[in-house]
Amino acid sequence: MNVKHDLVESVVAGKRLPLARLLTLVENNAPEGQAALDQLFAHTGRAHLIGVTGSPGSGKSSLVNQIALALRNPSSGKPARSVAIVAVDPTSPFTGGAVLGDRVRMRDLAGDPGIFIRSMASRGALGGLARATTGVVQALDAAGFDIVLVETVGAGQAEVDIARLAHTTLVIEAPGMGDDIQAIKAGILEIADILVINKADHPGVDSTVRALRAMLELGHPTHSHSFTGSTTPLWIPPVLQTIATQSEGIDELVEAIDRHAAYLHATGAWQARDRSRLQVELEQLVQVELNNNWRASIPPELIQETLAQVETRQISPYQAAKQLTQPLPELHPG
Amino acid sequence: MTERKIRVLIAKPGLDGHDRGAKVIARALRDAGMEVIYTGLRQTPEMIAEAALQEDVDAVGISILSGAHMVLVPRVLDLLRANGQEGICVFVGGIIPENDVPSLINAGVTQVYGPGTPTTQVVEDITRAVLQQAQV
Repeated sequence: MNVKHDLVESVVAGKRLPLARLLTLVENNAPEGQAALDQLFAHTGRAHLIGVTGSPGSGKSSLVNQIALALRNPSSGKPARSVAIVAVDPTSPFTGGAVLGDRVRMRDLAGDPGIFIRSMASRGALGGLARATTGVVQALDAAGFDIVLVETVGAGQAEVDIARLAHTTLVIEAPGMGDDIQAIKAGILEIADILVINKADHPGVDSTVRALRAMLELGHPTHSHSFTGSTTPLWIPPVLQTIATQSEGIDELVEAIDRHAAYLHATGAWQARDRSRLQVELEQLVQVELNNNWRASIPPELIQETLAQVETRQISPYQAAKQLTQPLPELHPG
Repeated sequence: MTERKIRVLIAKPGLDGHDRGAKVIARALRDAGMEVIYTGLRQTPEMIAEAALQEDVDAVGISILSGAHMVLVPRVLDLLRANGQEGICVFVGGIIPENDVPSLINAGVTQVYGPGTPTTQVVEDITRAVLQQAQV
């Protein structure tokens, strides 16, 4: 597939409308978008990918707003960094529509050419991201943004895909969730590189901090993240307090993010995370390809016949799957 | 396989704080299967055009109750054109005196809706306008 050459060039040159159009093509899974990503891939791998996840209402969007502001206006002589934001909100499972409202909390960022905000609907994907989020992040990376902040849908237990996508994962909690901490500890807290208690002016913040610290000590004894495949020295996730609506604790948070990036570089974990992310992506794409090839190679009647056999309990679904995947002439020559 | 969704920006420029209408429309478009980006209150025309660009929307719905539509709407249209997004359908809803409607349409607005417009009509109009736009 041929891409309009200027699309790729314009995106690399940082032009905003072509970038926005490319993101739409990627979201819509259009062949032209995929072809452009193929060419852009060589330009990726430079941005620091930061995931922001946490329960609904914990203040993710407000914090993203504040983090981006701090990165644009650094305090002490450091250079400002360009920031792309991908904000994912859920798609209605009933109508396929979505209201994407994360921009409401990001109005402070308007008018800054060093900021690019894109809202995405999850479009039926579970795990807290949309299927196209990986591609969208690649495009923004190739467009030259220093930082790509990815805000997930409000997450509970299983929405941990972000940890595979991001170099640094922030998990945002609010105080007063009480026993909910128990409920989430199996999933989402395990992926945190930095834990943030937002709304730290609300009552109950001390006990939330205590509970999270205690859990981290239990959860991170001697070895590091097996989830992301790294085997590097231990990073103990800091527990930070912020009040996003009053810009409090933001400098400390940005500093922790930078410290984590430095840690990843110093230990080789940056590359390890990159590698494991690309491996997961590759495996998923291979699955999709194999599935498409299989569908193209097998007569639909055969699927229907086999399904009928399963329905009448002549064979089990497992046997049926074996039968249907046996003859794959292109894949098993001879 | 390509799966296209209609993306609509619902924007609330100017100083009035009544966004009930904007939210009703946002919800109706969502229920019609569209992806609606809602920007919140007190947006400047510059903010609206910037959001429309970054989100690459097919349509922009502007809700105005303050009476400033003859200033704000043409400004949004100008900015969209300046950004290279002249193809976007722009809808206006709110309290718009009948006398102002022709000049808004002239300026490039696709449709103007007053109070009591059935949401189904808005959904139909947007769908039709966006599909027409896509064929051009």
